[in-house]
Formats: sequence, C-alpha cells, structure tokens
Amino acid sequence: MRTMQTRKENRVKNSTLSPRWLAVALASLGMAAPALAQEDPIKVGILHSLSGTMAISESTLKDTVEMLIEQQNEQGGLLGRQLEAVVVDPASNWPLFAERARELLEQKEVDVIFGNWTSVSRKAVLPVVEELNGLLFYPVQYEGEESSQNVFYTGAAPNQQAIPAVNYLHDQVGVERWVLAGTDYVYPRTTNRILEAYLKEEYGVADEDIMVNYTPFGHSDWQNIVSEINRFGSEGKKTAVVSTINGDANVPFYRELSNQGIDAADIPVVAFSVGEQELSGIDTGPLVGHLAAWNYFMSVDNDDNYDFIDAWIEHTGDEESVTNDPMEAHYIGFNMWAEAVRKAGTTEVDAVKDAIIGVTVPNLTGGYAAMMPNHHITKPVLIGEIQDNGQFDVVWQTPSTVAGDAWSDYLPGSRDLIADWRKPMACGNFNVAEGTCGGSTAAEEAEAALAE
Amino acid sequence: MRITRFLTAWLTVLLLAWLPLAALAQQDDPGQALLESLDTRAYDDKAAAIQTIAASEDERARRWLETLLDGKLQRHKDTGRFVIVIDNSGRNWPAIDALTFEDAGEISRRDLDRIGINNALRNQLRSVLAVIDLYAESADVRLASAMRLLGEVDETLAGSIDDLIEEEPDAEVRRRLTQALAIYRVENGETEAVEALAGSLHPRVRVALGRAAASDDPILAQSAQAGLDDIEQNLRINRAAETLYFGLSMGSVLVLAAIGLAITFGVMGVINMAHGELMMLGAYTTWAMQQLLPGQPGLALILSIPAGFLVAALAGVAIERSVIQFLKGRPLETLLATFGVSLILQQLVRTVISPLNRTVITPEWMSGSLVLNDALSLTLNRLYVMGFALVVFVGLMLIMRRTRLGLEVRAVTQNRAMARSMGIRATRVDIMTFALGSGVAGLAGVALSQLTNVGPNLGQSYIIDSFMVVVFGGVGNLWGTLVAGLSLGVINQVLEPWAGAVLAKIMVLVFIILFIQKRPRGLFPQKGRAAEG
Repeated sequence: MRTMQTRKENRVKNSTLSPRWLAVALASLGMAAPALAQEDPIKVGILHSLSGTMAISESTLKDTVEMLIEQQNEQGGLLGRQLEAVVVDPASNWPLFAERARELLEQKEVDVIFGNWTSVSRKAVLPVVEELNGLLFYPVQYEGEESSQNVFYTGAAPNQQAIPAVNYLHDQVGVERWVLAGTDYVYPRTTNRILEAYLKEEYGVADEDIMVNYTPFGHSDWQNIVSEINRFGSEGKKTAVVSTINGDANVPFYRELSNQGIDAADIPVVAFSVGEQELSGIDTGPLVGHLAAWNYFMSVDNDDNYDFIDAWIEHTGDEESVTNDPMEAHYIGFNMWAEAVRKAGTTEVDAVKDAIIGVTVPNLTGGYAAMMPNHHITKPVLIGEIQDNGQFDVVWQTPSTVAGDAWSDYLPGSRDLIADWRKPMACGNFNVAEGTCGGSTAAEEAEAALAE
Repeated sequence: MRITRFLTAWLTVLLLAWLPLAALAQQDDPGQALLESLDTRAYDDKAAAIQTIAASEDERARRWLETLLDGKLQRHKDTGRFVIVIDNSGRNWPAIDALTFEDAGEISRRDLDRIGINNALRNQLRSVLAVIDLYAESADVRLASAMRLLGEVDETLAGSIDDLIEEEPDAEVRRRLTQALAIYRVENGETEAVEALAGSLHPRVRVALGRAAASDDPILAQSAQAGLDDIEQNLRINRAAETLYFGLSMGSVLVLAAIGLAITFGVMGVINMAHGELMMLGAYTTWAMQQLLPGQPGLALILSIPAGFLVAALAGVAIERSVIQFLKGRPLETLLATFGVSLILQQLVRTVISPLNRTVITPEWMSGSLVLNDALSLTLNRLYVMGFALVVFVGLMLIMRRTRLGLEVRAVTQNRAMARSMGIRATRVDIMTFALGSGVAGLAGVALSQLTNVGPNLGQSYIIDSFMVVVFGGVGNLWGTLVAGLSLGVINQVLEPWAGAVLAKIMVLVFIILFIQKRPRGLFPQKGRAAEG
C-alpha cells in the first residue's frame, strides 16, 4: 500500500515538473471538449509487433482485435459510440513496447490496450500502464507470479495449462519419466521450476527421472538433444516430453523427432507453445499423436467457434487461415471489456476496473469465462492430439473450468501469496501467512528483467 | 423419345425399390453394429470394441482399424452413417461409405463426428494390426510387424509366434520373431532365452535384460548382466559414431552457410551483412517452386537448386551495383549499409509474402533415416545436406582453380591495379564474384529449407555463425572454411550433451576468440605478399 502511495506522489511530482507532460495535459484538455459531446469514437489501442521476430505470432492478434472491433461496430458500437482501432508497431523490441504503450496512453489517449506476447515485453509495459493508469489485456499463456491492478490476464496461468497437462500424462497415459525441455528465458524456466516442484511433491518422482534441458532462442540443430531424449525414454519407463520450446525452434525440433523415428505413441511431446498457427508451418503427418495443452482448439465442435472461424476466414480473405488460443483469449478479453464498459456506463478506467470483476462471457469452447478478483479468468483446460491436417483433436478436458492462479502454490516464494483487487483488500500480492500486502513489486521486477 | 421416358421411369422404380433395400442392408450389416460399438466417449470401451473388431471374421476389419488409426473414420451427425474421410483439408471433405466403400460425396466438417483415439488406443491398434500383418504376403510388412512386437508379446501370442518362426522363410523376420519371443521368455525367467538376445542393440532388449539382471534368480541375473555389459560396450562405440555424424552434419550446414561468405568476404573483402537474407531468398525460392509444382515436392526441390542460385545471384548483383560498389575500401560503411539492406529484405518478405513461416515439404526420399543397426541410424535429410555441401564445395573449388573466372578473381584480389593493366575488367570480375558468392548463399538456403523454418528470420540465425566459420578458417581460404565448419560442428556436438546447448555455444565462441588471439589469421592464413596488404 505504502509503495503505491509513494508512486502516486511521484507521479504527481513528475507531472508538475515535466514540461513535456504539461504540454500533453494541455493538449488533452483541448481535446476533451469535443469528447464531451459523446460523438468521439472509443479508442482501442493495439500493441502487437507487426515487424521483427515476433511478428509471426503477434500480427494475427492485431487482425483479431480489428475484426472484433468491426463486429462490435456493426452491432452499433458501445454506449452509442463507435470503436476505433489505434495500431502501433513495437517491432519486437522490448523497450520500444514501453515507449509505444506510453504513446498510446498519453498521446493517442486510448481507453484500453490489447497487446503483448512475450513476458519480457509485458514486464516492460507494466510500469507504464501502472503509472498512467491504463488497461491492458494480455492474451498469452504465461508463467504467472504476477498480478497488476491495470493488467487483465486472459491467457492461461501455469495451473490452467502446465499442471493439468502433467496430471493428464501421469493419470491417463501413465508417464513415469519426464523431460522438461524449454527455450532459455523466463517463461520456460519459471514453468519448469513449478513443474519440477509439482512432480516431486505430488507424484514423488525421483531426481533421475526428470531431465531438464534448455536451448537458445531459434535453436535449429536438435540432433543431439533428440537422441538424448530417445535414450532417456528407452529405459523401460513410460516417458513424456513437456515442451516449453518457443516459436521458431519447434519446427526443426519436430522435424528431428520424426526423422529419428520417435513416435508419439512411444514418447509423446506435450507442448505449451505450439498451436494451430505454429503447425501451419510444418508438415504434420509425422507428428500425429503429439500433444498440446491449451484452453481452446480450432477443432472444438461448437457453433460459436464455427461462426468465429467463418468470420475470421472472411476477415483475412484466406481460406487456409487458422485460429488459435491467444485469439480466443482476445475474443474473451474484448467481450469482457465491452461488457464491463456497458455495466459501468463509461470507459473510464477505474470504473471499468471495478465493473469487470465477476463479468462472465461465453468462450468459444461452449462454456463461460469469468473475470476473477485476481484479474485472471476461468478457463477449461483441453489436451489435444495433433492430426495430419494440422489440427488438434481433443482427447481430454477438465470436467469444469479452472480459475487462474496468479501465484503458484508450488513455489516456496509465492505459496502464501494471493491477489484480490476488490476493495478493501485491493492488493496484487497479499501474504496470507503474514496478513500483509507486499505491495506490487511488478514494476521493480520488470526493471530487473529489462536490465538482464 | 418414348424409349427414353420409359427408361427414366424404369430407373426411378428401380431406384425407389433399391433405396429401402440399401437402408435395410445397412441395418442388417453386422459391420454397422461393430462400428457403432466404437462410437463411445469412454476410451476403455473403445479398446474393447477394437479387440472385438480384430477378433471378428469380417474382412473389412483391417481397413476399419487402419482408418481408425488415421483418424479418418467418422460418423455423420444426422444420419448416423459411418464414413471414411478421404481428405480432411478445407471445410468440405470427400468421403466414402465405411460399410460399402462406395462414394459418399462431400460432407461439411460441421456434420461429421470423428471417432477419436488417443495414444494408448493408437498403440493398441498398431499392435493389433501388427499381429494381423504377421501373416501378410510381403516380407517387409512381416518384418515391420515383427519389429513392432518386440517387447509386446504376451502369453496368447507367444504360442502362435513359436509356430510362425518354424514356417517363416525370411531370415531377418525369423531373427526378429525369435528376439521378440526371447524377450517374453526372459521376462518370464527363462535363462536359456538370454542367449538369443546376445548382441542385439534394440532398446527393448536392453530393458528386458536390465530387468532380468535385477531379478532374484542368481543364474539368470548373472547371464543377463553379462549380456548387458556386452551391449553397453557396443552402445558406447555407436554413440561415439553418432556424435561424430551429428557433428559432421552440423558442420556441413555451417560450411554451406559460410562458403558463399568465404567468397564475398574472404576473397573480395566485402563485409556483407545481408548474406543471411540471400540464403533466405534461396529458401523462399524452394517454397515458391513447390507452390508452382503442387504434388511434386521432390522435383520442385531439385529445380530450386538452379533457381535458388539464380535468384540469390541476381539479388547479389543488385546489392553490389546499388550499394557495395560505392563503398569500396570502407568496410565499416559497407557493414552498416548491408545491415540496412538485410533489414529491408526481411521486412520486404514480411509485407509481400507473410510474416508467418512457410511450409516447405520434405520429399519422401529425404524423410526418415538410414538404419545401420538398432542403435545407430542416420537421418536422411541431413545425409543429403552433407552430400550437397560437399558437392558445392568441390564445385566452387573447381571454379576458383580451373576456370578463367577463378583465375581473374584471384588476380584482381591479389593486385587490382596489375590485373587491370593486364586487361582484366575488374568491375566485371567484382560483379561476377559477388554473384557467385550470393548464388552459393542461395544454394545454402535451398538446403536449409529442408532443415529449419522458412521465414523472414531464417538468415539472421546463420549470419553470425557464417562469419565465425570464415574468420576461424582463415579469411580467403576455401579449405579453411571447410575444415573450420566441420570442426566447429563436431566440437559443438561433443560439448552439447554435457554442457547443454546454451553453454556449448558460449564455449565455442570463447574458444574462437582465444584462438584468434593466438592466430589472428585463422587456421589457414593466406600467405604471400597479397595477404600482407
């Protein structure tokens, strides 16, 4: 609480001191007059990379939000006003994300931002949206250990993806040995730390039955690692690979798997970062049976989903275009925000923040998603097997939806923490054991991450 | 006219009479009941249904199980009719009837329910099919199913396998069947069976022997342990061979990526940061070729070898004419300008084609691996790339040593003024050399399209490695590039298992830095007066 107050004071101090901010404030005052007439469109900021390495994943999310805005406008907009997309390109450059976020909030004066993919870019944006009191909807599965009052996490937390996937492998497939393979950065490292602790604690897995492996971004020579996995997996115990390998590195990884003749029936790979879009870059014939854990698959048999797919195909004009989990997360996040705005009767950030908790909207898998007080949402967890047409076939799903847990119960540092942004608690990391609010350290963590 | 009308009427009557019959036939068909038992959510029930189908005398059983394994057995939501989907791409799928195998037209994917299977069922189906296939005509099919049954033999199967071994004409199939049976026997505590497993490197054999070695029966444990030690010894040799292969194949990729640079940077002295993007162009050419020749990925790949060379060479000429020629002798500016060119090329591909990776299909003859023994198999795509790298290297060597162009290139780089006064058109040689180096980068791109992603970032991941190889090998020396590439590949793959991929990469870099401190001109420094200048 105290830190937050200090930050507020800082902000006031900053704002009075900086001439640049003054200028912006004056400019915005001038702009405010026509806004009163209620004719100005509601501005929706889109903060996704359209160039650089992350463009491959993020550019479709930009299109998704644009499509959702179009659809909303066709239905008459929101509060009688039209919506307008404000697109900026942070170019896969993490510090630039922070600059662009500032631009969106200060100069473009957007009412809400949909954006980010990588955790490091989110950490970069976090202090900005907290300082300028913006709204950010973050659509990608992530490592957890965070809850900001200005961010809404519509992607999966580890307990909504990794943990159920491991449960499935252990209970349904009978896996006893585990390979935790990941790209060397914050999401895989944190997720694998949680998983390792979970496997040992919950299933009593021995140290020698867990193999952890990290590879650099864009790793392309998988021969050795795959053959090591093969050896590790042919010791007589059922083995599975839990993969947090990111982005581009997956294609050569899967290629090597199939070339070395590792079949999903022998050593299944369950991936947390491989979706329909990643598969559209691979010939999936040899991958049939490998798994992915998500909260949405394009193949889900549901009319809402078919309508969404049809709209998407029409929007992109490409018969072959696919939908994926982060797109559904934006779909849910956008509808939640729209619902909260309707409920609050305004796009004013604080009112929307209060109104959105408890808002429930349909998801695309035939259920409902609710916004929890910790700014995470409820999601079903689906395990899908890769098919030869690049789609997933759902082989298992949780009986009900799972609420996202901001702080993992399996890490010693976060075991006692909860997040609840409802008043009077309004705290992102309340320590249950000590009964105190630790104060949001997200901004400091972001600085540490950026400094690396 | 009358006859036609008569015929139409007749046909209508026939059709009307036939329709209910067909429906009746469908109901009476015992196959319908068999397939219906598969249509259940519970995987346990499905497993039981698969066993029933396999045990049924129905001759369609094998095809049903196969289509089930492929995920192509589906049920129409409204009519409850079972169909086999022929092609499941797009939104409407052509299908045939699962009972009669007659054409069922195109069906929207919204109307179809897949009979889903999971990995456990997939395993079961494969074993069931393997048992059926033991009686197949073709020896290859029998061999595959015998391999499949290693470690999967149970009591009921053991008896029939015993009989099959007697009748089996093919020696290799007989050997596998004997092994499969021996594994079952060892697991049941029969010491004599250990002998039949001697020398086999199959992981299932090792697992069976490992379990036997830990058993209570001292005689069995002892002989199993002896067999196991033997196998471990053999495996170590195989593992070393495997690491060497991995190293050479990684090395050959490095050589391919670097050898074009060895010409533009090594011979001409131009620091071309857009070299990676020239490779990317080569890879995209492969993709474009495959789009132009749908259904013939192999032919397209072969055609992309000259096409990729040409495209990259032309792009190289464009870069040389528009940028590099104006920056001659100013390496820093060349570096910055070509870096700009590389960014432009990347973003161009992103905007014109797509920021998403493109699918490049690996032709049939390049997928899979060459199995030398149960523990050592060489992946085919990498084997081809190794061969290709060697061919490109020899080709370049010949051009540089045996052709007039090569002679002129060497003359111009060694003493430009002298060469010009001898009547060599230096500018033309510059263009040709740069085109050659760029074209080779395009060739590397064609090869890389078979190993990694074809996307706008392809070049970036190789540019650093390429410079590393050229500098390490000695600037201006093709042999140096070959030796440096291969040895860096081997060093990397030897380090990787115990240091991890990230650390191995760092260690290689540190090694090169230290090496360059000691020998600034690389492994094979250029000698002579030209090198001093």
